[in-house]
Amino acid sequence: MSADETGGQRLYAVSRARDDSGRAGGGRAGSGGSRRRFLNWLLGTGAGAVAAAVIYPVLRYLNPPEIRESTTSQVTLSVRTDDIPPNSGQIFKFGNRPGIILRTPDGELRAFTAICTHLACIVQYRDDLSHIWCACHNGHYDLRGQNIKGPPPRPLTAYTVVVQDDKIIVSKEA
Amino acid sequence: MSTTAPSPAGSIRERVLGWLDDRLGLEALGAMARKKEVPVHRHTFWYYLGGMTLFLFVVQVGTGILLLFYYRPSAAEAYESVQFLMTEVKFGWLIRSIHAWAANLLIFTLYLHMLSVLLLRAYRPPREATWMTGMVLLGLALGFGFTGYLLPWNKLAYFATRVGTQIVGSVPVVGSFLLKLLRGGEDVTGATLTRFYAIHAALLPALLGALLGVHLYLVQKHGMSVPAGVEARGGARGKRPFLPNFLLRDLVGWLAALAIVAALAAYFPAELGEKADPFASAPAGIRPEWYFMFLFQTLKLLPAHILGIEGEVVGTLGSALAAAFLFLMPFIDRRRKHGETNPVITTIGIGIIAYMIVLTYLGYTASVTQ
Repeated sequence: MSADETGGQRLYAVSRARDDSGRAGGGRAGSGGSRRRFLNWLLGTGAGAVAAAVIYPVLRYLNPPEIRESTTSQVTLSVRTDDIPPNSGQIFKFGNRPGIILRTPDGELRAFTAICTHLACIVQYRDDLSHIWCACHNGHYDLRGQNIKGPPPRPLTAYTVVVQDDKIIVSKEA
Repeated sequence: MSTTAPSPAGSIRERVLGWLDDRLGLEALGAMARKKEVPVHRHTFWYYLGGMTLFLFVVQVGTGILLLFYYRPSAAEAYESVQFLMTEVKFGWLIRSIHAWAANLLIFTLYLHMLSVLLLRAYRPPREATWMTGMVLLGLALGFGFTGYLLPWNKLAYFATRVGTQIVGSVPVVGSFLLKLLRGGEDVTGATLTRFYAIHAALLPALLGALLGVHLYLVQKHGMSVPAGVEARGGARGKRPFLPNFLLRDLVGWLAALAIVAALAAYFPAELGEKADPFASAPAGIRPEWYFMFLFQTLKLLPAHILGIEGEVVGTLGSALAAAFLFLMPFIDRRRKHGETNPVITTIGIGIIAYMIVLTYLGYTASVTQ
């Protein structure tokens, strides 16, 4: 144990001495210092390059591939007009996103995105309040999708509702 | 070190131990353990909380590994596999309930451990690094809680994850990148589930294991901190050997914790709820685990806009600032280095605790529907 230590210390001392004389002496020994610097630089950039060659693919790997935004611009709902009585609402699929279709107490059909503008929970229709409500953080929207109370910072995006015969067709505003 | 050649007369046990000692250096470990002492004074009780948390972590590793034998990490099968575990597998309900309850208890003892270290100022030099590794461990534990919560793929978990990841998304500049990185896409889907599974069962255990090693090493290196207040009154009453005196007391606490967790698991088994549905409204009364409650209630109370900035961005940045403040506490609280009192830090510490308690209380009592 102790023999190793002194050996190591001696080696270290020798290399230090060489370094010192190199700096002090200049000339040929100075080129030894620059050779050391060069080798250190080579080692450093080599290690850096290996690290980059590992980190870059890993970061790209972790970042999921782009899935094209749903191009759905119009859906025909599975529910019929009679299924939505006045002062009620329900969630429907608009492409791969949820939407909310509601009938106002006056009997008018309206549709909005169902994703709360606060922290992306899915909203619901509150028949006791006669407006849209998000359960997660108590956000309120009126029947036009305007944020009226609580933390939501923006209104819900409205969709266009068209009724043909008994079918409800919801589309994005052009 | 001296037991090189075991005498032929030694028993088999001695010879085996001698052989192992020559190769592993067990004697050095034994000497270290015998040297370890715990100061005895009126605040000694708080020393038990770190060990208690460590014990609960071991419980989590054990039950977590057992859960992996039945769990299937996909949106189509996760809920059903947990349902099968809870209803069909012998003692499946017990293993999962212990995992859920011990997780809660672990966070609780971790909070207490952190607060006791904060209020007793055990982060004073030279223990700054111990404090900072502890704060990161707390962050990792909360990460365990957040990622593990999603794995049963039920409604509550689904919306908690939507909200939690959306909060990350509100971080300026890198938010949308981090959001996609966490969710594995724009929305919370099966891709999110596999990511959380990988983070919960592989990444976090590796990180936490490594950091826990550093934390425990630092605790051994510096020994237990004696509060400045105790030092001022003439120091600790005495020292108690860690082995076996303190460890045996530790064991009593661990046994009690195991009994409490088992009782809670038996009388209040973990619920599963309804399967997650990405096309259903968030249920009324939705709320996160209690240890996120004060953050949740803060988000509910923040208005839509504060000085033109969206409320949740202010909330996120505010929480990040508070966390950074706590993390850097050893460098902010400089006066304590010389044993002086620092009423400002005490006030802030008590203020943080009071805020967490009041907001948690409000989170459970405030009407959810108005």
